[in-house]
Amino acid sequence: MTAVAQNILSVERLSMRFGGLTAIDDLSLVAPAGAITSIIGPNGAGKTTLFNCITGFYKPTQGSLRLAHPVRGEMRLETLAAHCVARDAQVVRTFQNIRLFPKMTVLENLVVAQHNTLQAASGFALAGLFRAPGYRRAEIAAIEKAMHWLQRLGLAGFADAAAGDLPYGTQRRVEIARALCANPVLLCLDEPAAGLNPRESAELNALLRHLAGDEGIAVLLIEHDMSVVMNISDHVVVLNYGRKIAEGTPGEIQNDPEVIRAYLGEACEEEAGAEAGA
Amino acid sequence: MTAVFNLEHAPTWPERLKDAAWIAFVALLLGIPMIGLVTVDEGGKLVLQTRWPLLAVFVALSFAGRLLLAYLGDLWKRRRRTAETALPGVRAARGWTGVLGWAMIGLAAALPLAFGDNRYVIDTLTTVLIYVMLGWGLNVVVGLAGLLDLGYVAFYAVGAYTYALLATHFGWGFWEALPVAGAAAALFGILLGWPTLRLRGDYLAIVTLGFGEIIRLVLVNWTDLTGGPNGIASIPRPSFFGLPFKPPTDDGPATFAQFFGLEYSPHHRLIFLYYLILVLALLTNLFVLRLRKLPIGRAWEAMREDEIACKALGINVTNVKLSAFALGAMLGGLAGVFFAARQGFISPESFVFTESAIILAIVVLGGMGSQFGVVLAALVLVLLPELGRNFAEYRMLLFGAAMILIMIWKPGGLLAHRAPTLRAPVAAKETA
Repeated sequence: MTAVAQNILSVERLSMRFGGLTAIDDLSLVAPAGAITSIIGPNGAGKTTLFNCITGFYKPTQGSLRLAHPVRGEMRLETLAAHCVARDAQVVRTFQNIRLFPKMTVLENLVVAQHNTLQAASGFALAGLFRAPGYRRAEIAAIEKAMHWLQRLGLAGFADAAAGDLPYGTQRRVEIARALCANPVLLCLDEPAAGLNPRESAELNALLRHLAGDEGIAVLLIEHDMSVVMNISDHVVVLNYGRKIAEGTPGEIQNDPEVIRAYLGEACEEEAGAEAGA
Repeated sequence: MTAVFNLEHAPTWPERLKDAAWIAFVALLLGIPMIGLVTVDEGGKLVLQTRWPLLAVFVALSFAGRLLLAYLGDLWKRRRRTAETALPGVRAARGWTGVLGWAMIGLAAALPLAFGDNRYVIDTLTTVLIYVMLGWGLNVVVGLAGLLDLGYVAFYAVGAYTYALLATHFGWGFWEALPVAGAAAALFGILLGWPTLRLRGDYLAIVTLGFGEIIRLVLVNWTDLTGGPNGIASIPRPSFFGLPFKPPTDDGPATFAQFFGLEYSPHHRLIFLYYLILVLALLTNLFVLRLRKLPIGRAWEAMREDEIACKALGINVTNVKLSAFALGAMLGGLAGVFFAARQGFISPESFVFTESAIILAIVVLGGMGSQFGVVLAALVLVLLPELGRNFAEYRMLLFGAAMILIMIWKPGGLLAHRAPTLRAPVAAKETA
């Protein structure tokens, strides 16, 4: 696979401590370009903390986060503020507990994601105030882009509905569409399949494969649903208590004794030993 | 599309009858002591008489009235719903508020023709319009950006004092001072915004409240510059493109009345001031309405909804907040310039916390973010105390009761509806 040739994200010796609590402990991992990397692990393993470090919401205590940006070259994410990570490094995330703009319509949500492009086109509101033709064109282009992603995710019919009124699963997909409108090179999805029914979940799998394969958007995925993780991931990283306990292809992870122990507990030690011996 | 989400169950006739019967029953209970029984003075002693026929009429009226009201209400709802589903993607957002808005502008423009010689009416309406303009300005900060500002009057004061000082010390006219005072107020807006960037909700409210008081105390104590509690007097009034509103003199420059060959009347200036604030307020409205549909306006609303999501989408929340503070403050400052020019005298007395509270009340009562609601609320909040003058000491009670009633019936404000800033192209929606 050519994607393995280059890593879009390299996390090196990352630590994140909150007072006495170590949420991430000396963690190193890589996310290959143009591929789907899943991060799994039991609750409290530090998955979301890792996302917060990558996207600039937390300043890591130690370590580095290097992004190989296709245009701008290498960027150090730990030095950037949250909005710069999204704007300049184009690392865009979604949230475990959905964060849409509930009173705004779905279309408005997606246009807000294109704020920086539109703000520049509106001449920082000056040209926009006089409805300059350049701004009108930019606005139409923004709406077209939003509608493109809404159609891709089967949400076009909801464009004018208030985002907060939609069902949970639909809101999840709107949040992904919104993140896609922000031109990500690395898309970080925090439990995107939570609350989705099996059909929606299968559609999401297909979409993520399309993004990574055809659009060249690397995807970093936190997910508990193993049917999603094992079906679509190119690369899986397993965390437990802030440490990496395994990293590899889905097949390797499924047979890793450390992983089985982390998920099923110490009581299985004998069986796990027997299995490894067999 | 929206129809899918408010699939309300339309009431059937038995349900309506049941509802009306229940209302009639309540009317009966209330009516027995209030209408059914009456005491009559018969030769020195009180006799209890009954008025059952009257009570029956009252109960029947309640029944019929409720039935009719509920029916009309449903009819209206259904008509609105079919209108919405029949025309998806059409700019229904403007709808009736648009028509009513134009009607009100027409009415406001025509009013001086009807009441031109009634000083009280014109004066009161000018006050209403100042509050409308302030409300529209504060709407940017509170309604759109969701930043609770309890010290808005500070910017009003900055605008008023900037004009007063420029005019009395340097002889600046109204029109030259207007942009400068607006810029000064915007600068103070940023000055307030900078230290409060990390604050939200109640904490922000407390700091802005303090800021308002700081400005007022500076005005009171910096006697050399502001004249302290004595204020600044003899601020020049605005002129009509250089033509002053004065009694004509033989040697002086041409006055407004002379130029147009009118007989001098002190009402001319009042009417001019009225039209001036009307134009300023309408420009403010146009400005805010346009801003709302620009990326900056959507960013304000998005920030109000979820600041963290804004950051995750690459929006610099610092800039968005400061721009809201600066533009809101600028509009307050412009209103302040008009206030100073109209009064001819300003003192710190005019810029107390109560003013901030009234402006905030106008925005909240009107429905946060609703431009039309602000007009309604300003009318209610300024006219109610005026109409209540006859009730003397009960005036504030009336005012408070009205506020409570509005909060009970319309907790989101008089007009809480939010019109979207964009609509999806119909074709794109249907291909889904």
